[in-house]
Amino acid sequence: MSSSWNIIQQSLPMFEKGFVLTLWLSFVGIIGSIIVGLICSLVQYFKVPVLHQIASIYIEISRNTPLLIQLFFLYYAFPVIGIKFGAQLCGIIGLIFLGGSYMAEGFTGGFNGVTKSQVESGKAIGLSRWQLAKYVVFPQGFSLSVPAMAANVIFLIKETSIFTVIAIPELTNTALDLIGMYYRSNEYLFVLVVGYAIILIPLSIILTLLEKRVRYGSFGN
Amino acid sequence: MAHSGISVLLEGTNFTRLLGGLWVTVKIAAIALIVGIVLGIILGVLRTFKNRPLRLILRLYLEFFRIVPTVVLLFLFYYILPRQMNFNLPADQLATLVFALWVAAEMSDIVRGALISVPKHQRESGMAIGLNRYQLYRYVLIPQAISLEIPATINLATRVIKTTSLLMLISVMDVINIGQQIIEANNHSHPTGVFWVYGLIFLFYFLIDYPLSWWAKRLEKKRLERANG
Repeated sequence: MSSSWNIIQQSLPMFEKGFVLTLWLSFVGIIGSIIVGLICSLVQYFKVPVLHQIASIYIEISRNTPLLIQLFFLYYAFPVIGIKFGAQLCGIIGLIFLGGSYMAEGFTGGFNGVTKSQVESGKAIGLSRWQLAKYVVFPQGFSLSVPAMAANVIFLIKETSIFTVIAIPELTNTALDLIGMYYRSNEYLFVLVVGYAIILIPLSIILTLLEKRVRYGSFGN
Repeated sequence: MAHSGISVLLEGTNFTRLLGGLWVTVKIAAIALIVGIVLGIILGVLRTFKNRPLRLILRLYLEFFRIVPTVVLLFLFYYILPRQMNFNLPADQLATLVFALWVAAEMSDIVRGALISVPKHQRESGMAIGLNRYQLYRYVLIPQAISLEIPATINLATRVIKTTSLLMLISVMDVINIGQQIIEANNHSHPTGVFWVYGLIFLFYFLIDYPLSWWAKRLEKKRLERANG
């Protein structure tokens, strides 16, 4: 029996690969989610006909169903009707499908959080709809949406652990694979938790600092 | 011979089996929510007390459950409880325990947030008329905090229900696990069955979660309207 430390050391190269993949998939997924979320929230803010309703339906479906079933659908059910993606692409599409609605709600929450007096003052000095959005609602709304964005970023990184169900070799999948092969659950689970802590603890500290900084930007503080 | 996929749902006992799986899912979510909310309220109240070591421990408890993804939490308990502590639980009870502890952590933060956002003059007026700590919480702080925390609690419930989809990973016979069995058993006769079975499960989750999140949104909107006059 080799010692726990040896077991951990030997597994590190594999965990490193999983770690990098988790980071990469999260990064692509988060950027994609922000883009989709921004588009949806703008479409809703300006009440663009048809697209506005489509965005609402998409948001409700995506927010009220689990990522795991979304992934199963993409990975196992779509090929039956002739649409086929690789596992990693499925993971990214699934994460963006899920994250897009959370980001959209975050932005919309920020826009709605701009106080009524601000909007009405803008209207009173004769700003057009577009000027009101550009100079009053968006600058304040984006800074108000930062806390929600930060929470979503952390949430989406954690959700990548579900990618293990379609056998994407990210962190969680790496650990489960190793446990399956060598039956050393304590060691591998330890590395797994440390792996997520290395990503999430510094990130949540940075995001908290960012929230504090942006708060100066909002009106009335 | 290949049948059309949708008929797989109606064949034999397939539909009732799926409903049975859904019941397992809902039961685990419900028990975990009830236990977790009660525990979370207690922890949340404790986190507003001035005792520093207690606050630190409860904060660490919260952060642990926040940082570790739920999939990982399930496997931590699944592997470590029986091997290290000789504590054997059937998978469904284990999952209920993990979810309840997780709900308690999240709930403690919701309750704490609501309690500290009750205006300071309320607390001070209560103390001025000579209420003791129990009375202060019972008659002043908790009733005012409740309207703040209900939407967040309902949202937490929708999250817990969505997270029950992970139960299949530790081989609980939940709706997804049963769905997979049905798909495998009928793969030859119904090659497109996978589409309909996952479609139905997708719909099940939506039908449970959508009304809840709609309700939470409505309460939140009402509260904001009241707050803004």
